[in-house]
Amino acid sequence: MDAVLEIAVLVVALAITWRFLGAYMADVYSGKLKWLDTVERPIYRLLGVDPKGGQSWKRYGASLLIFSLVSLLITYLILRVQNLLPLNPAHMKAVTPALAFNTAVSFVTNTNWQNYAGEQTMSYFSQMAALAVQQFVSAAVGIAVAIALIRGFSNRGSSTIGNFWVDLVRGVLYILLPIAALATVIFVGEGAVQTLSGAVTVHNVLNNATQTIPRGPVASMEAIKQLGTNGGGFFNANGASPFENPTPLTNLLSVYLLLAIPFSLTYTFGKMVGSVRQGLALLGVMFVFFIVWTGITIIAEHGANPALSAAGLHSQSVGNMVGKESRFGTSSSAIYNIASTQTSTGSVDSSMDSYTPLGGMMALSGMMLGEVTPGGVGSGMYTILLFAIVTVFIAGLMVGRTPEYLGKKIQAKEMKLASLGVLVMPITVLVLTGVAMLVPSATDATLNKGPHGFTEILYAFTSQANNNGSAFAGLSSNNAFYNIMGAIAMWLGRFGVIVPSLALAGTLASKGVVPASSGTFKTDSALFGALLIGVILVVGALTFFPALALGPLAEEFSKGRLF
Amino acid sequence: MAIVSEAKFEEESIHGIPRTRGLLDKQVLLPALRDSFLKLNPKQQIKNPVMFVVLVGTLVSLYEAFVKGGLFTWSITAWLALTVLFANFAEAVAEGRGKAQADTLRKMRTDSNARKVGENGSELSIPSAALQRGDLVVCEAGDVIPSDGEIIEGVASVDESAITGESAPVIRESGGDRSAVTGGTKVLSDRIVIRITAEQGKTFLDRMINLVEGANRKKTPNEIALTILLSALTVIFIPVVVAIDPFASYSHSQVSVVILISLLVCLIPTTIGALLSAIGIAGMDRLVQRNVLAMSGRAVEAAGDVQTLLLDKTGTITLGNRMASAFYPLGEVDEKELAETAQLASLADETPEGRSIVVLAKERFNIRERNLGSSYSFVPFTAQTRMSGIDLDGRMIRKGATDAVKNWVISLGGSVPKELDEISDRLAREGRTPLAVSYGDRLLGVVELKDTIKQGIREKFEQLRTLGIRTVMITGDNPLTAAAIASEAGVDDYMAEATPEAKMALILKEQEGGKLVAMTGDGTNDAPALAQADVGVAMNSGTTAAKEAGNMVDLDSSPTKLIDIVEIGKQLLITRGALTTFSIANDVAKYFAIIPALFVSRYKGLEALNIMRLHSPTSAVLSAVIFNALIIVALIPLALRGVKFRPATASALLRRNVLIYGVGGLILPFIGIKLIDIIITALGVY
Repeated sequence: MDAVLEIAVLVVALAITWRFLGAYMADVYSGKLKWLDTVERPIYRLLGVDPKGGQSWKRYGASLLIFSLVSLLITYLILRVQNLLPLNPAHMKAVTPALAFNTAVSFVTNTNWQNYAGEQTMSYFSQMAALAVQQFVSAAVGIAVAIALIRGFSNRGSSTIGNFWVDLVRGVLYILLPIAALATVIFVGEGAVQTLSGAVTVHNVLNNATQTIPRGPVASMEAIKQLGTNGGGFFNANGASPFENPTPLTNLLSVYLLLAIPFSLTYTFGKMVGSVRQGLALLGVMFVFFIVWTGITIIAEHGANPALSAAGLHSQSVGNMVGKESRFGTSSSAIYNIASTQTSTGSVDSSMDSYTPLGGMMALSGMMLGEVTPGGVGSGMYTILLFAIVTVFIAGLMVGRTPEYLGKKIQAKEMKLASLGVLVMPITVLVLTGVAMLVPSATDATLNKGPHGFTEILYAFTSQANNNGSAFAGLSSNNAFYNIMGAIAMWLGRFGVIVPSLALAGTLASKGVVPASSGTFKTDSALFGALLIGVILVVGALTFFPALALGPLAEEFSKGRLF
Repeated sequence: MAIVSEAKFEEESIHGIPRTRGLLDKQVLLPALRDSFLKLNPKQQIKNPVMFVVLVGTLVSLYEAFVKGGLFTWSITAWLALTVLFANFAEAVAEGRGKAQADTLRKMRTDSNARKVGENGSELSIPSAALQRGDLVVCEAGDVIPSDGEIIEGVASVDESAITGESAPVIRESGGDRSAVTGGTKVLSDRIVIRITAEQGKTFLDRMINLVEGANRKKTPNEIALTILLSALTVIFIPVVVAIDPFASYSHSQVSVVILISLLVCLIPTTIGALLSAIGIAGMDRLVQRNVLAMSGRAVEAAGDVQTLLLDKTGTITLGNRMASAFYPLGEVDEKELAETAQLASLADETPEGRSIVVLAKERFNIRERNLGSSYSFVPFTAQTRMSGIDLDGRMIRKGATDAVKNWVISLGGSVPKELDEISDRLAREGRTPLAVSYGDRLLGVVELKDTIKQGIREKFEQLRTLGIRTVMITGDNPLTAAAIASEAGVDDYMAEATPEAKMALILKEQEGGKLVAMTGDGTNDAPALAQADVGVAMNSGTTAAKEAGNMVDLDSSPTKLIDIVEIGKQLLITRGALTTFSIANDVAKYFAIIPALFVSRYKGLEALNIMRLHSPTSAVLSAVIFNALIIVALIPLALRGVKFRPATASALLRRNVLIYGVGGLILPFIGIKLIDIIITALGVY
């Protein structure tokens, strides 16, 4: 019942947000809003950017890649020399090169895969200036790409798709900073830690134990971690730590924050292409997936832990509580973890590794669908548009017309780019997981053997190639193999989709619009939604069925037998 | 299926171009079998990435069979090879039908000598093949016209059945829009001088042969886009299948290369990959069956996308010309007197309208042609007077446009009853054409000329509307008449007093809005518009310029054909889409057959995924591979015929096709694979 109430509150809150944040974002990116003009202008002057000058997709893409590479370099350097920098009360040493590289790639790509424990590795300066800054800008980059692709549909016969620098600055200033600031206040109010002072040492007289309790600027990072679908927490325990996620309210707020922008972008999309119904169709698709995946996971986690049942423990009325915080229970934990895996956030408030095989598979398969349910900020939007193009192509053929989406003809070039964008992720996951299976140091890093160990590795690459960052746990991934392979997965998973998406934006923007008629296949209908669901499901299922069979399915059907 | 269509084609073969043959025709089937093997040439196979992967897989499997042997490996290898051959066979059958037609057409090319007119006017006999563009040749009754050309002198009746299938001879004459003649047709009477307009090897007949044979067949834009999607679906399954090997080795289970190849072949979209080119060839072929020659596959595809149809009123919407339908006498005048006078005025009028007045007078009052005596002279119609008639015994009888006759009567001192304007205005509003008739200075009355709307045309436009196609009627009539006919016929819009320039402007305007426009035309002045339209259908009876400007030629010269062409274009795309969906939907069942078979020895629990309860892992894999091969053969007739097309809105079409080919494609292989599994198990081999 709690689950139903919690979901109902979320749905109502998100519905309101969808309407208003969606419209607000459309106004931000179409340049209608100017209330931060005085802050914006000096930034453009500093960057030497003409805010009115549009960019071709190539220049847009080049600006984005240059920005990301510079971000990568700065983040890497800060981590490497953090011992020389201020705000380091715990005297953290410089981060090792491989880990610094992996972490820099991870935060620049909005993945936030963490091969480290934050409280034992990072200085406050690194957490704030290197990591949290990237949590803002990488999120803004993702939204910028989505907006650029949307402009591809709304522009007609145009050679430009907007200006990357303007989109980046506006995303941070108008959207991410204000909301994150507000959320930080709530987190602090609920008891999340926010301080620049160092750790405290407490001595417990009763059991005569001395404990060092790490602290830091946690709440501020927590807000953007969720809002920007980053997922990288201050502490290793992430959302399970009471300092990050102190109460059921912050737990719910976290879920709300990470779903807010990805869902609302569908409204932005609808508004920018001139038909909110078009956005509603995509929202419907995202929501159906989200609710079904959440529902199955809640049911699975309410069931018994099969390993415990196999061991003869039949009375498990509270469900599978292994690895879950008793503060949250099974339902809230399931909602939190599914929301975070389906938004490419990756924050956790319970251990994925200890979920039932089915529950774990839902988190894993949610990512395998390409992170479009609703996906990360911006990335969910541009990826689902790629799927929509593939769907429109097949459906358009079946009504006897050269397919068109929002009046733009979908021809060879569009198919090439959309297919490429859709294929990068599964190929990356399959190839890297396959390679890992052949490398002893990679397979030795798992905590478990058999299907569960397989899932641990598969999950790691699925998470990274989808820029999720969620860790299944059970995998010791701070070694050369996973640091390097993981960085490759994250980089390909991010820019391997962004570049085709921008190219697509460019070719679409240059096209004229075919007027709709009754012979045009309607893309704001339930039928289209159902087909899009079908395509996303079929592409995901066909590419990952064998892997799922060897991982969670084999485990599920073995009924608690350990390997 | 094939037998039925065979009978149908036979019936149609009274027409000139050889009809498409049925599937079971030996003339097509035997060479197609041979071609299936010839097409194994890797150079050809690489053009089809999906089937190329199957070919490579077959070779690897063959190697495995040689090295390791075993009935299972050999069986898989054989069925994989058959998969490739079936795909080749589908293409060969589709091509074979065209080749058979081309052979018949080739026989029509004349090897005889042509009579070339020399510079000094003398005739010399040279081989037809030596004719150059610009040469003048003479043809007389009984001669076969040696090459395409234009009549510059004379008039002749020509038998064009060789090209059009229409047995009635047509008149061809110098000047105007009826001056084009086609090589291979036969002069039946008179003598004409022709200027050759086609270069050797580029005559209409040559182009036709190339077209039906598919000699220069290029992939159309939509085919290219679809091939990209299919390649993507092939590329993705390679890592899917290859990765199974390390996955399995981590899980301590063994998978054989042959099973992995089987899985790969089953997963990649072989069904649509095998039939794709056959679908395209068959689409062109369906047009040829309806006597339309499309100059490129691109044009056929564009036809499916057309959103605006410009239709000539005459011949498409109405039957031929306006016909007299009623007499309206004015004042005291008797209807019979009006009929008699109108008949007299029309005796020399050879236009269809004039003749229809004579016919109506005969029908209504049994007025026949009579002896006019000697003192009469006919007054022909001129653009200035806009009247015609007869001067008989000093009385001037006239008929013509109402205002022209009115002015004429007034100039003779007569009076005009005010009913005249009432009647003629009313007729014009109803889409009729009023013709006033006068006898001396008396205005006798009005003859009503009426357009007859073709039967069923209204429903046709209704269907087009549901398909999202706007119909625009093009007519030279005045706006009032045009509006009335347009509303009676149910077209969406009309263009009255149309000139070629106005037509062109309309096309450009529609295209500016992003719409694709189709039109028909036959005159030289239609040529620019035909070239501008996305689908320009030139009438075969039209001028060479028109035929060259358009991208299709209708041999029947029937303007209604445009509607058929649009439907064929749509059907072509739908067939591709339907089989693509079917092909992808099939994968689900194949996974459920092969995945449990692959891993059940390692993880017993995965037997739960064997929902078809297939007999054994080997029988499961083999059944899936056999199903995958047989479904290609089973769908060849559908690919050649095209899926059933009923005009409906996009949503209705989509729902129907998703249901049949998507949901059907999901379910059918479960049944098919299970049946094959039962059969091979019963055979006791596995």
